[in-house]
Amino acid sequence: MGELKAELKNKIITSLNLEDISVDEIKDDDNLFGEGLGLDSIDALELIVMLDKDYGIKLTDPKEGKKIFESIETMAKYIEENRTK
Amino acid sequence: MENCYINGIGCISAQRSFEKDFLIEPILYSEENILKVVKPNYKDFISPAAVRRMSSGVKNGIVASTMAIKDADVQTPGAIITGTGMGCMQDSEKFLDNLIHHDEEYLTPTSFIQSTHNTVGGQVALGLKCKAYNFTYVNTGVSFESALLDGLMQVENQDGRNILVGGIDELADHTSKLYKLIDHTKSDDEAPYDIINKRTKGSISGEGAAFFVLDNEKTANSYSKLVDVKFINNLEISGLEKFVNDFLASNELSTSDIDALLLGNNGDIDFDIYYDEMEPLFSGADVLYYKHLFGDFMTSSSIAVSLASDILKSQFIPGALLKNKVPQQNNDIKNLLIYNQYRGKDHSLILLKNV
Amino acid sequence: MSNRVAITGMGIISSIGMDLEENLNSLKNSRHGISKIEHIDTKLKDKILVGEIKKTNAELESILKLPQKNSWSRTSMIGTIAALEAINNAGIDVKDDADIGFINATTVGGMDMTERYFYDFIDDPENRRYIQSHDAGNNTHNICDYIGLNGFVTTISTACSSAANAIMLGARMISSGRLDKVIVGGTDALSKFTMNGFNTLMILSDTYNTPFDENRKGLNLGEGAAYLVLESERSYKKRNKNPIAYVAGYANANDAFHQTASSENGEGAFLAMKKAFEVAELSPKDIDYINVHGTATPNNDLSEGRAIINLYNDSNDVPEFSSTKPFTGHTLAAAASIEAVFSIFALREGLIFPNLNFKEKMKEFDLTPVTKLAHKEVNTIVSNSFGFGGNCSSLIFTKSH
Repeated sequence: MGELKAELKNKIITSLNLEDISVDEIKDDDNLFGEGLGLDSIDALELIVMLDKDYGIKLTDPKEGKKIFESIETMAKYIEENRTK
Repeated sequence: MENCYINGIGCISAQRSFEKDFLIEPILYSEENILKVVKPNYKDFISPAAVRRMSSGVKNGIVASTMAIKDADVQTPGAIITGTGMGCMQDSEKFLDNLIHHDEEYLTPTSFIQSTHNTVGGQVALGLKCKAYNFTYVNTGVSFESALLDGLMQVENQDGRNILVGGIDELADHTSKLYKLIDHTKSDDEAPYDIINKRTKGSISGEGAAFFVLDNEKTANSYSKLVDVKFINNLEISGLEKFVNDFLASNELSTSDIDALLLGNNGDIDFDIYYDEMEPLFSGADVLYYKHLFGDFMTSSSIAVSLASDILKSQFIPGALLKNKVPQQNNDIKNLLIYNQYRGKDHSLILLKNV
Repeated sequence: MSNRVAITGMGIISSIGMDLEENLNSLKNSRHGISKIEHIDTKLKDKILVGEIKKTNAELESILKLPQKNSWSRTSMIGTIAALEAINNAGIDVKDDADIGFINATTVGGMDMTERYFYDFIDDPENRRYIQSHDAGNNTHNICDYIGLNGFVTTISTACSSAANAIMLGARMISSGRLDKVIVGGTDALSKFTMNGFNTLMILSDTYNTPFDENRKGLNLGEGAAYLVLESERSYKKRNKNPIAYVAGYANANDAFHQTASSENGEGAFLAMKKAFEVAELSPKDIDYINVHGTATPNNDLSEGRAIINLYNDSNDVPEFSSTKPFTGHTLAAAASIEAVFSIFALREGLIFPNLNFKEKMKEFDLTPVTKLAHKEVNTIVSNSFGFGGNCSSLIFTKSH
């Protein structure tokens, strides 16, 4: 799962255009939203598309994303359990 | 009816327009038919969290508006009014690209949201936490004039103080290609370009953002007085003289009162004839051009207002703008008239006075 | 001095009718225009419902007698049809009129054509005439050139509040004496770009939109156009024309909260409504009916509801209200002008049109819209339109006696 987490950190940086942040600066259990990395609701929608495109997981209700995207840790766990790609 | 003063200016363009006296040594473009802006240091103005989503037009708009507000020494404007001809084309292209190439799959919201025409106006309001009146005009060659007239009306009517008005347009790669295809932009093989002396189809394309703070009170920083703005969608060449005379007469002036005339000549063989018609009406005025240095875009008249205001404040006409090398007027520039049209449509007159 | 400005004519085209008469009949008979999309081939075909005008582009070209090779977008065509009706309805001749204006509103502009040929343009010259029709202003020019209007012409684009802002500017141009007559409103056609764009925000419903309902799932996009003719007192008296209604108040404010979402308490909406009352010199209790923005998104209806309750201090004092978007869908830049026409119908006919599909009120507050066509004297109406970029506009219409 370590590889998946590194992969996720890279994807977040590129797809959300976080130019000034490096992979090392994102800790596995850092809050991604609000205080922490400071992502917002538009970023959540971007991540939902990423889940579908790269891991084959379709979320129909954006509210589900709140729990899943809490941290890299929670994201990786959810993807491991539900990925179809 | 109140007076309207331009008390603050911010301008991002193909010149170093965020520096003082930048026209003493302007950047000369002869090989380019696409003029991109000279970039400011965006990080000085916009947080990394916000800047990551922004196209260049949005960034330029935020920087120019921030500069204008600072220049006018104002905290929160009483209204935010923007004009843009093409809107946020870079994000429109991004979204379209995904839409077409991925056949409607895996589309993401950011570029869609950023593509709406009022993104700049909305972002400026967000940044300033400004809850006031916020309009965006999108009408080809008079997008900026519409915003300017709205701002003028607000000040004259005392609807608000320190009205922020701006014009923004951005270049986008694919759209630039398309405009060359239909001769709206001069073709690549016509270089070197000299829009003053050599007319062919199309113009040199540019981009930029210019913002102004308008208010009814004069300050030590006031650049000029915005007297009037008028525009019309269609005008025959034969109707130009009456259009100009009526406009000046309604402001108790005639053509002989105009000291400097700033024209939108862009080297287009089909449409520069309007400017040929205009010039002889103003025999006593200095004739100035600007698009050879800034390029042409639907809101390039915002650059013209910035230049005109600088001239009226400094009472100095930069040689780089002068059609004739030696100015007739200097230190006595009271009334400055700006005339522009866009491909034969959207004719506009902007009248500025010294303070 | 009264700020009110006379309305002397109107015109409309939407998914519930090709003109004023058809639209009114549909409203009276609860006949909505929401269905699956037919004239655009999209992957979203079976996933969303829209308010589509059931005419192909070829049919619209035929109605307007356009030449076969034209550079008209669908937005321009439906705009022209509605503008023609408005001029006719007002009984004015726009040609050779020096003091006339046209203030249009659109978000789509020519995107419906651009998205078809965007990359094909490069290799295939066939459709290059559509390159120039992408920008909003070009669409407005097409309409004005067709109807023969030369004068003050401009276009506003502030997302879903656009047409309200066009009406507002028009009112100010008349009040300030700068124009004697001005045609104001908006037009937007459906496009793949907007349907997919809204879909990425996950605010589209796969069923009929249910504004202010606890179980609302999102909006249905729609297309349409509508225009009002605003006229100065001097002008309409001179030609012995009676106003059909008045624009009595108007205001625009910004939420300054988020790029697309409204603030929780709908502050921008509240400020816009409050200022509109000041301009109209009326108070909230003078209002007989509110045509709410009511898009049926979770976010809008919640914040709009809160804003309205804040205005009235008590949900019991909120007047009758409904959203007409279950009829037409959300027509984006045209919404406010379409809903202005519906508001004028309400004033003239003494009717309140129902908020279709409503079943259960929202748990956050005690607000129930009108759900059946109501016969009632209506003298003063508030119409709300809120758009992306926090752009909030409110209009007040009053009856012409």
